Amino acid sequence: MSELKKENYNYKVIRQFAVMSVIWGIVGMAVGVLIAAQLMFPALNFDTSWLSFGRLRPLHTNAVIFAFGGCVLMATSLYCVQRTSHTRLISDKLAAFVFWGWQLIIVLAAVTLPLGYTSGKEYAELEWPIDILITIVWVAYAILFFGTVIKRKTSHIYVANWFFGAFILTVAVLHLVNSAAYPVDTWKSYSVYAGAVDAMVQWWYGHNAVGFYLTAGFLGIMYYFVPKQAGRPVYSYRLSIVHFWALIAVYMWAGPHHLHYSSLPDWAQSLGMVFSLILLAPSWGGMINGIMTLSGAWHKLRTDPIIKFLIVSLSFYGMSTFEGPMMSIKTVNALSHNTDWTIGHVHSGALGWVAMVSIGAIYSLLPGLFGKKEMFSVRLINVHFWLSTIGVVLYIAAMWIAGITQGLMWRATNADGTLTYSFVQSLEATYPYYGIRLLGGIIFLAGMFLMAYNVFKTIGGSEKADTRIPEPVAH
Amino acid sequence: MSNFWSIYIIAIVVINIAGCAALLFFTRKKKESSTQGKTTGHVYDGIEEYDNPLPRWWLWMFYITIIFSVIYLVLYPGLGKFQGVLGWSQVNQYNEEVAKADEQFMPMYEKYAAMSVEELQNKPEALDMGQSIFANTCFGCHGADGRGALGFPDLTDNDWLYGGTPEQIKKSIVDGRRGLMPAWEATLGEQGVSEVIHYVLSKNNAERSFREELVEAGETKYNQFCAACHGKDLTGNVALGAANLADTVWLHGGSISMIKNTVANGIQANMPAHKDILGEEKIHLVTAYVYSLSRDEQVQALEDGGQK
Repeated sequence: MSELKKENYNYKVIRQFAVMSVIWGIVGMAVGVLIAAQLMFPALNFDTSWLSFGRLRPLHTNAVIFAFGGCVLMATSLYCVQRTSHTRLISDKLAAFVFWGWQLIIVLAAVTLPLGYTSGKEYAELEWPIDILITIVWVAYAILFFGTVIKRKTSHIYVANWFFGAFILTVAVLHLVNSAAYPVDTWKSYSVYAGAVDAMVQWWYGHNAVGFYLTAGFLGIMYYFVPKQAGRPVYSYRLSIVHFWALIAVYMWAGPHHLHYSSLPDWAQSLGMVFSLILLAPSWGGMINGIMTLSGAWHKLRTDPIIKFLIVSLSFYGMSTFEGPMMSIKTVNALSHNTDWTIGHVHSGALGWVAMVSIGAIYSLLPGLFGKKEMFSVRLINVHFWLSTIGVVLYIAAMWIAGITQGLMWRATNADGTLTYSFVQSLEATYPYYGIRLLGGIIFLAGMFLMAYNVFKTIGGSEKADTRIPEPVAH
Repeated sequence: MSNFWSIYIIAIVVINIAGCAALLFFTRKKKESSTQGKTTGHVYDGIEEYDNPLPRWWLWMFYITIIFSVIYLVLYPGLGKFQGVLGWSQVNQYNEEVAKADEQFMPMYEKYAAMSVEELQNKPEALDMGQSIFANTCFGCHGADGRGALGFPDLTDNDWLYGGTPEQIKKSIVDGRRGLMPAWEATLGEQGVSEVIHYVLSKNNAERSFREELVEAGETKYNQFCAACHGKDLTGNVALGAANLADTVWLHGGSISMIKNTVANGIQANMPAHKDILGEEKIHLVTAYVYSLSRDEQVQALEDGGQK
């Protein structure tokens, strides 16, 4: 048995993370739909502090980023590193520890955030005992991943694994630096940084979480699943190297663009802006490599809805990585900052890019884990694709209009120099777009329910499959 | 910023930007071997990689952003202590914009500042300006329509804690107000708090229901502890900001349990001083606007009285 095990990939941990990613995706997005509805109908907090917007919003962001996104990244990275290194994970026990540890963290987050325990740092709200647990599980994940890379049977490290590796290393550094805090009791701590320094550390973390977690990690997914699903070689090895190094070097600088026209010193704001602009080309390198990989196989877009998910996700990726540098220009930011445009930008990245590339990857990966050739229903994948696309487009179009309306109303002045509109008037103007946003969210969530149905039908009655590890092709 | 940190920042910025440029420069060329349709020879789980060159348009896009950044960092602050050749700073930009606005609009504000609040009641354009300032400065507490909220006074009902003359309103805005009612539970006890409340209710204009048996004891306690501020006749005192308890306005809630909470635990209310936020001239216009809010009601009340 143990002999045989060595010859197979560890699919158990992949199956666990893949299935949980669908479940956490539904939970996280459902909370998102609820808080979108609360912005329209405030009574939906039912006068309960646990269900108030201020507590559910961090639950939504943590659930979609760290529960849904985290499970997707762990499933795909641990799958990809085994497949492309032609070797089994270094330790099954460590793999099990990473899975159960990460689920425990998610459950703790889902309990403590509604109870109001928060460090108040955006995307890093969890209190210090959970932060320590995250550190331990993350180190275990890093050992598992890099240990497997070291054990590889191929001479080189496949490009997807560089991206996963950069993501794992950098998130560790970000988490340790940003979460440094003085605990006052079990569930309360204060940041070790103060004032503008704290804000800068927070957004250095916040933007690099976008850069390394939501970009580099998911580019790793792209680099494995796009060529795999398209059955085509990656477009340019050279481009993948150049954009990788440029991306990880430049992303580090972009954080201050979250703090334009604030008490952050001018020099730091300027650097945040110029490096965000330089970031455009390295970001687009990944999009070009992904989309061009499909050249010669464009016909597959007609027949394979998984390819549709992957390619449309890359389009949204290209769009939001163009929008981001543009919004970092101080003149544009003066209009967009604090408006719903930012929310739209985040969701064109989070739903259009991260969620859609994840969904494509899970559909691509899942059948093989359960000994099936393909998903239970390819037609339902196609329906899911259209629900997702329509949902995202409604969402971001509504937020663009709402955001630009707000920005223009807030700065409009009368001939006598007074402001034309009160804040409440800008809210009234936003109201219809909150309705469209809610509709977009509901449609996107409906697609996730279809996915869950499709996944459980695919799994139902199937054997857990194992795959023999093939010898790498010599060259 | 010390010289060390300035040099440190300049060094890492230059290394990073120059590093990007160098990376592109050394990889830009097409290798002889890297022709379209040839792979690197690596195979990972069936995935191969073409050795295509960097797309030209992408390379140029990258170069252009680098060139733009270098120019920007020459013109604007960014390289450590170097302020940029334009000498721009966000504080200067702010001061310049404020100075420009002051120059443009101050004559108008000064014109209205010279008129009395009563005179301004007949200048709709002045009241509109006051309303715009109010709707963007005072809305957080008093609401954009001035109707207030629980704990935040309604400015349209002609009930004034600190008085409703133009001078009194202006003083409230300029210097702010600090409302302080002590907590009485320790002194009066739970029973005593109830007695006082039912005495107050028995005297209220709204003919509210109350518990007869508590009124007598309540009156004694009221006169001893409450009358100093709220007055023997319960009509309050604008000099202290003590509320009128005989009318139907209950700023902190008029149900028995809410009144009980107020008496037992006291009140600490704070209206911030706005003299440094808005300045004299704008405050004058806001005063005129706030004065106008309840003036309609006053006029209406007079007219109603006349008809009777």
